[in-house]
Amino acid sequence: MIRRILKEVKEYKAASIATPLFMLLEVLMETLIPFLMASIIDEGVNAGNMKHIYRVGAWMVAAAAVGLFAGMAGGRYGAKASAGFARNLRGSMFHQIQTFSFANIDKFSTAGLVTRLTTDVTNVQNAYQMILRMFTRAPASMLCAMFMAFQINARLSTIYLVAVLLLGTVLFFIIRHATATFQQAFPKYDALNASVQENVSAIRVVKAYVREEEETGKFQRASENIYRIFVKAENNVIYNAPLMMFTVYTCILLLSWMGAKMIVSSELTTGELMSLLAYCMNILMSLMMLSMVFVMISMSMASIRRIAEVLDEESDLQNPMHPVKEVADGSIVFRNVDFTYHKDSAQPVLKNINLEIHSGETIGILGGTGSAKSSLVSLVSRLYDVTAGELLVGGRNVKEYDMEALRNQVAVVLQNNVLFSGTIYENLRWGDKHATEEECREVCRMACADEFIRKLPQGYETHIEQGGSNVSGGQRQRLCIARALLKKPKILILDDSTSAVDTATDSRIRRAFREEIPDTTKLIIAQRISSVQDADRIIVMEEGRIHGFGTHEELLAGNEIYREVYESQTSGGGDFDEREGE
Amino acid sequence: MPGPMRTVRGPKQQVKNPGKLLARLMKYVFRDYLFPCVLVFLCIFIGVIANVQGTLFTRNLIDDYITPFLLTDTPDFTPLARAIGRVAIFYGVGIVSTYLYNRIMVYVTQGTLRNLRNELFAHMEKLPIKYFDTHAHGDIMSIYTNDIDTLRQMISQSIPQIINSTFTIISVFFSMLFLNIPLTAVTLVMVAVMLVCTKMSAGRSGKYFVEQQINLGRVNGYIEEMMKGQKVVKVFCHEEETEEQFREWNDALFVSADRANTFANFLGPINAQLGNISYVICAMVGGVLALRHVGGFTLGGLASFLTFNKSFSMPINQVSQQFNAIVMAMAGAERIFRLLDEEPEADNGYVTLVHVREEDGELKESAQRTGRWAWKHTHQADGSVDYKELKGDVVFDGVDFGYTDEKMVLHDVKLFAEPGQKIAFVGSTGAGKTTITNLINRFYDIQDGKIRYDGINVNKIRKEDLRRSLGIVLQDTHLFTGTVRENIRFGKLDATEEEVVAAAKLANADGFIRRLPNGYETMLTGDGANLSQGQRQLLAIARAAIADPPVLILDEATSSIDTRTERIVQEGMDRLMKGRTTFVIAHRLSTVKNSDCIMVLEQGRIIERGTHAQLLEERGKYYQLYTGNAIA
Repeated sequence: MIRRILKEVKEYKAASIATPLFMLLEVLMETLIPFLMASIIDEGVNAGNMKHIYRVGAWMVAAAAVGLFAGMAGGRYGAKASAGFARNLRGSMFHQIQTFSFANIDKFSTAGLVTRLTTDVTNVQNAYQMILRMFTRAPASMLCAMFMAFQINARLSTIYLVAVLLLGTVLFFIIRHATATFQQAFPKYDALNASVQENVSAIRVVKAYVREEEETGKFQRASENIYRIFVKAENNVIYNAPLMMFTVYTCILLLSWMGAKMIVSSELTTGELMSLLAYCMNILMSLMMLSMVFVMISMSMASIRRIAEVLDEESDLQNPMHPVKEVADGSIVFRNVDFTYHKDSAQPVLKNINLEIHSGETIGILGGTGSAKSSLVSLVSRLYDVTAGELLVGGRNVKEYDMEALRNQVAVVLQNNVLFSGTIYENLRWGDKHATEEECREVCRMACADEFIRKLPQGYETHIEQGGSNVSGGQRQRLCIARALLKKPKILILDDSTSAVDTATDSRIRRAFREEIPDTTKLIIAQRISSVQDADRIIVMEEGRIHGFGTHEELLAGNEIYREVYESQTSGGGDFDEREGE
Repeated sequence: MPGPMRTVRGPKQQVKNPGKLLARLMKYVFRDYLFPCVLVFLCIFIGVIANVQGTLFTRNLIDDYITPFLLTDTPDFTPLARAIGRVAIFYGVGIVSTYLYNRIMVYVTQGTLRNLRNELFAHMEKLPIKYFDTHAHGDIMSIYTNDIDTLRQMISQSIPQIINSTFTIISVFFSMLFLNIPLTAVTLVMVAVMLVCTKMSAGRSGKYFVEQQINLGRVNGYIEEMMKGQKVVKVFCHEEETEEQFREWNDALFVSADRANTFANFLGPINAQLGNISYVICAMVGGVLALRHVGGFTLGGLASFLTFNKSFSMPINQVSQQFNAIVMAMAGAERIFRLLDEEPEADNGYVTLVHVREEDGELKESAQRTGRWAWKHTHQADGSVDYKELKGDVVFDGVDFGYTDEKMVLHDVKLFAEPGQKIAFVGSTGAGKTTITNLINRFYDIQDGKIRYDGINVNKIRKEDLRRSLGIVLQDTHLFTGTVRENIRFGKLDATEEEVVAAAKLANADGFIRRLPNGYETMLTGDGANLSQGQRQLLAIARAAIADPPVLILDEATSSIDTRTERIVQEGMDRLMKGRTTFVIAHRLSTVKNSDCIMVLEQGRIIERGTHAQLLEERGKYYQLYTGNAIA
């Protein structure tokens, strides 16, 4: 898993290696300085040798300069390596997601993918920089200081060894305990935020029922809970600082006492004692730093896992070896097709579908929610693969086509359709990059969108906000239809794409289809019977099966579901703007 | 530590007045935690003093103990033992006070965050609907998550760190002065150099940091948009174009992130090494001074001074490390206070809704529920009180309305609804149907004209009471996390068990609720994500039914429900409408046909009105819509 994401370091490998090396150099210099310091005091000050002070002083300045250079270089390359790593991770994941099939996208969910690309990458970036800069620096600094300390006086330095072992063990347990409690606390925190989210989006309901105070009360109880949980979790961590101080102070006092005795018995010089005291901070601070690195790694493990999941996910749809680029015509044949979303689920979504649709036909599809209408049409442009049986488009199995070619000739207007931020022209040209303005207007006329676009202050240059939030639902649907028409597809699939369009406009759009693109096969899923009743033939779906297939008249005569729906929508129960047997 | 959930946010602006913000934030902390803050202050102070005492001991160790020991043949270690004992006590006090201040800070930080959250939420609930219309929900969310998070870091770490460092700097400064004045001057010069370098590096880092946030916002926004539209991207084979744009912005983010972090990383080594150089210079100058015994300066004095030298540059380094955290926290604080400063929904109403009973043909206010309600109208002039029974009589008189003053959405709307009548609105999307219903309960205030409820101008009615008298089933059904029962009870908090079931039955919801795994106790999460659209709508109807209001507003949106479910929902709605004044935004013929009055809206104007038969007779817009033969 870690190895998988480390592959993405790529061109920043050099920087990733350079960073710890420079940090090492910085550590060496930092360790050298107290050593030179001892020399200044012992051989310079005590011996009254000014020359020695100057000479060693110059060395120290040089060491500091090298340390400065190394530190800055380490910082420079650390930043580059981690920012670059993050860029590669983001880029690779984004690229990987582009190859995903609908099934892959469903598996991760939109929100899941967004978190992985944003928060998780940031977490890993921070952890990576920390590791590059500290993971070698901290142990190295500790080892160097320890080494120097032992060089000066091995007996006294055992104090450090003992201190490091003790402090290290205690820190380990504190951190392990703390991370566990924090990891328990975070989901509660998410729940609190979810309740804010809920209130923000349902504010009209809250206000309509005058429930502001009750909701505030509910929130405050949840917030009180969070307070308690986090106080408990944080109370584990606060031992760190005093514990560290305790260890440092104990070392200083022990060194002072034993050092004094040793100086008296000439086993140690005052300068050496000063150096030993200086190393104390180095050693224990490094240990503290190391423990922080471990916290960061363990905290970012979840992010690493989530990123690796995306990178390792294989698209379950592959292009064939010798793909066919051209769809011959708009005919569609389902032969004994079964379909399930998950390979291991026992209950198939579509069962034994057999259909023959001729090129240029208009087919209406009707059925209750969950009757698998959308699943049926999504197989045609190979958004999913059939589980059993075969599906032919233009006389060939859909698996033989190049996926891009197939999808360019089978246009789908999805149920949850999205516009992107950009002008209307830009949005339309998703259908055809090179479409002229005239072509764009032409398809908008067909989709009955031209009329409202012209009324917009900037017409076709109007900027659409993210998700199309500045146009109404019906307008959005018409734009989405126009966008699909621009592809000049052989097959056009509308998945409940006119639900927010009023019936009058809906019927004008259908008339335009009939008159202007007669050769295109049209599959129209709808709830309103008026949207499908003038189709050449109508499919009635019920629980994943085809319950009826025929013309309006045939179905009215022989299909009870169709008749029931028809009656409920027309005889006194239909849309107010329904054509009523006129 | 940051929470795992973070929402995507837009670019950050630079904070205008950080000093003022910080003062306001601190005022906020002190308001609830003055005493603990004073304690923390004291503890930090004690900790610093103890630490300085400990450092001074190093000088005494050499000058007062070790050097004299070297001069005698039989050194007596007892005074040294005593001194160490004394210092140990100092250290002990320092450790205890550090522990205490850390512990208190946990309560102060978490408590302040809790209070801020609560206040934010309570305030948010009071804001007018307009606020929610004009602010992206993601941005509002990010105040609760990201911005509160940055504050946690600042309150719990940055502020104590700064206080600690300030104390340390002051006390060390005086100790240094006490030890040797010329060396102190040398140290100060070096500190000045450090400060200049810090300012340069931090300034540049800050600039790129802001740039990085802008780029990050852009990349995250793009990611969110594209992930939401990923299926459309696939359907249109737009993968390459999408990736191209992403690559461009991702690269820009890399450049600014690289620079921001580089300069931030420079701070550490620059300060550390300048600190070392300062150390060296002091050692050399101090060595000369000690050798020549200038001003009685000793070797022990030099050792202590050098330790102080280090203690002096360290806090400066630490404060500079907090720089970015503070910049971020201030940006967060600004957004938090901006929400808290939003004007809450104004309510100048004084007419209230009370329970009444009738005695001798006169209405008397009652403390108990009587099933009858009246508007209590206290006249402002003479304080006399009027009661007017709640009937559900609604009149619009020449109402003009626009969400902004520049653009009117409704023009000269006139309508009246007598108690028990059903008024239907029809018209194409965007004609202003929903807007009209939003004016009755004063989600928005009108620009011109009058709306009267039982003859009272709605502006005079207390909003709370006005809304309580209106039942609403909205176009988008929103349910809350909680059980099914709790969701129905939302309409009437003190509803009995029987009332809940009765409401559910009326709404045709009882049947499916009983089939749920835990019946009425089934938990709903994520806006009722585990229910179908139709089931959610039925619950919303039950919720309105239990409130039993005299006036109903039904914004029925059934376009996404299949016909058979729709019929069940419709039955529930029909039962609910019986005997109430109902405003209905209708899509279905049955709902409209038997309305007492049908309003046809187009571009914010009522263009036709009348009963079904009358309107058909007119052969106008309604007729066109009705027959599906609209000729544009």
